Amino acid sequence: MKLSQLTPGQKGTIVSFTDLEMSVKLMEMGCLPGEEVEVERYAPLGDPMAIRISGYQLCLRKSEAAVIVIQ
Amino acid sequence: MKVALVGNPNTGKSTLFNLLTGLNQKIGNFPGITVDKKTGYCKLSNHVTAEIVDLPGTYSLYPKSKDERIVFQVLADKTNPNYPDLIILVADSTNLRRNLLLYSQVADLGLPMLLVLNMSDMAKKAGLKINTDKLAERLGVRVVAISARKGEGLSTLKEAIAQYTPIATQNRTIDVDIFAPEAIKQIRQKLNTDNSYYALQVLHQHEHLDHFSLQEQEEIEHIEQANGFKTHQLQTAETVARYRHLNTILNEVVLDTGAEKKFQITDKLDSILTHKFWGFLIFFAILFFIFNAIFSWSSVPMDMIEGSFAWLTEYGHQHLPPGVLTDLLMDGVVAGLGGIVIFIPQIAILFGLISILEDTGYMARVTFMMDKIMRKFGLSGKSVVPMIGGIACAVPSIMSARNIENWKDRIITIMITPLVSCSARLPVYTLLISLIIPNERIWGIFSLQALALMTMYIISIITAVLAAWVFKFIIKAREKSYFIMELPVYRMPRWKNVFYTMFEKSKTFVFEAGKVIIAISIVLWVMSSYGPSKRYEAIDHKYEALETKLADSTQVASLERDKAAERLENSYAGILGQTIEPVIKPLGYDWKIGIALITSFAAREAFVGTMATIYSVDSADENAAELRLRDKIAAAKNPATGLPTFTFATGLSLMLFYAFAMQCMSTVAVVYRETKSWKWPLIQLTYMTAMAYVAALIAYQLLK
Repeated sequence: MKLSQLTPGQKGTIVSFTDLEMSVKLMEMGCLPGEEVEVERYAPLGDPMAIRISGYQLCLRKSEAAVIVIQ
Repeated sequence: MKVALVGNPNTGKSTLFNLLTGLNQKIGNFPGITVDKKTGYCKLSNHVTAEIVDLPGTYSLYPKSKDERIVFQVLADKTNPNYPDLIILVADSTNLRRNLLLYSQVADLGLPMLLVLNMSDMAKKAGLKINTDKLAERLGVRVVAISARKGEGLSTLKEAIAQYTPIATQNRTIDVDIFAPEAIKQIRQKLNTDNSYYALQVLHQHEHLDHFSLQEQEEIEHIEQANGFKTHQLQTAETVARYRHLNTILNEVVLDTGAEKKFQITDKLDSILTHKFWGFLIFFAILFFIFNAIFSWSSVPMDMIEGSFAWLTEYGHQHLPPGVLTDLLMDGVVAGLGGIVIFIPQIAILFGLISILEDTGYMARVTFMMDKIMRKFGLSGKSVVPMIGGIACAVPSIMSARNIENWKDRIITIMITPLVSCSARLPVYTLLISLIIPNERIWGIFSLQALALMTMYIISIITAVLAAWVFKFIIKAREKSYFIMELPVYRMPRWKNVFYTMFEKSKTFVFEAGKVIIAISIVLWVMSSYGPSKRYEAIDHKYEALETKLADSTQVASLERDKAAERLENSYAGILGQTIEPVIKPLGYDWKIGIALITSFAAREAFVGTMATIYSVDSADENAAELRLRDKIAAAKNPATGLPTFTFATGLSLMLFYAFAMQCMSTVAVVYRETKSWKWPLIQLTYMTAMAYVAALIAYQLLK
């Protein structure tokens, strides 16, 4: 399942990434495999989205969240 | 000694920089990027002063943008003028693990380091207990907990800087040799270094390091190819290894006791401020407030500045010996200076407000809310602020585009902001509308003239958005655009920071854009006050002869005005205005308007003044003068045909011309300053003038 498919309030654990280049950036920002992530909210127009990860709030576009595979 | 500040964005690095250096800062350029280089001096003790440079914020040494590249460029090159003796790594205590990723990379470069844990007060509030002694012991560097916002721990930090050892003490973090053993070995031999991590970084990003010669670059590239070096895979592996290492380091160092209630306030605020309805309503209310503030708060100081410069000019003319030099000084230089200083109130107000929005964390939410719409037009969510600010003045607004991280989004925003109808167009519009639109009401409520004015504003916004959409396809992206961004927690603004921003932005504008403005204003002054000497002598003779015949003072005054008009007609600007008549005739303009177009190149509002001079209107009382000017222009007839020169078609064509044409040297200067090249201001000047010409041409030809 992809992170972009979750609805606000849902949680998941990061398993892997589907885009190598983006994965470096995401990991630098704290999105590591094994880390728990919670979807906080979507922007009023449905994109981007805000997630809670390793103790802080991160926002990213749905297209970027789609490379994060979760469980 | 030289000290470099390195850290993630939003860690309070700049606040710390301001605290250490005070107003003792210098703003310069890093070559090739648009971020300013801020250096300053900090007195550590009676005889030790440190030079501190604030490097661009970054999450890792692997850069995602040109600005972030600077960090490794500075730290990698011993010959770089900013190469530090000591690195201060500023970390956000509330998010230590992510911040220490950068620490662990920088530490492996082997330079003397010091770790600063900023926002220690907020960490405490959030229930985080950090054992700094244990952390220092494990890392092998000195760790200082501070709160830059509250000014806590600053003296300890200064002491630590003063006591630095020139030999790096930090422990090695991870074994980097395993990532590419053979390639790293070869690079180490090649560059004669014993630092494996430096060698690995060189393999990753040597393309961006300009201190290597062409031959060295080829050799490094060859080593990379020969060993099958896979950049992205290795960066991933390294990042994972570093986090694993950091988990061990931070084990029992950070104690989290209040994770549950940590984000309650921010969550509550977010649910209102990014709400579908309330979020937008609040945002537009804030935009309206900003717009109103730039307009109304600045009017008093601007009037004062205008008044004092007018007084200075008059005083100078009265007390300095009359002559060319006095004229140049007063009408060229002082007038040019006045034209620069006049922008300070607007710049200070806009930046004061923006820095409050940034500081509180609200600006990140604006980007979050607006991203989807703005992205369609090649803009960023943050482009909304410069565009709305553009209704007041493009100059501070273009400077505010600096908050947009992505290079392409920023350039597009800069390119289109001057299209938004600014306040300097207002006097031009009012004059022209009063000429061509009857002062009537439709359905008894709506004033036709007001509707026309509003239409001009709407046209300008639509054009700006469309232009952005076109630029989206023309301008090539330099870097992959990410939107992966931290949403900081809400907090109170730091008033000192707000003040610093206002001061620093005004200073930058005056000293950087000011040079260009002074130069152009002197050129324009010379052009409009001098002409071929024969013509000027003839005019002087003519009026001398006339004046001696007159005794009545009012008649003399009116004669003086006629003389000024005739002088302007025969000045170089006047001659140029007449020469371009064939070009502007298809737009419906005569040479008189041509002269006004040239003199108002410096600033649009000069159009009204020039028209007044050409039509020799007495300007003792502003309102009466404008009415008289309107009547005179309306009554003007084409000497050849006897028809009025100023028709509805001409008026509309002129309004469209002023809506789209650049006609503002301060904007040109500020775009030059912000993009650090002449390329963008020239493209902008060309496209806007071309668009203005075509729009005016079509309007006139259809309506005449």
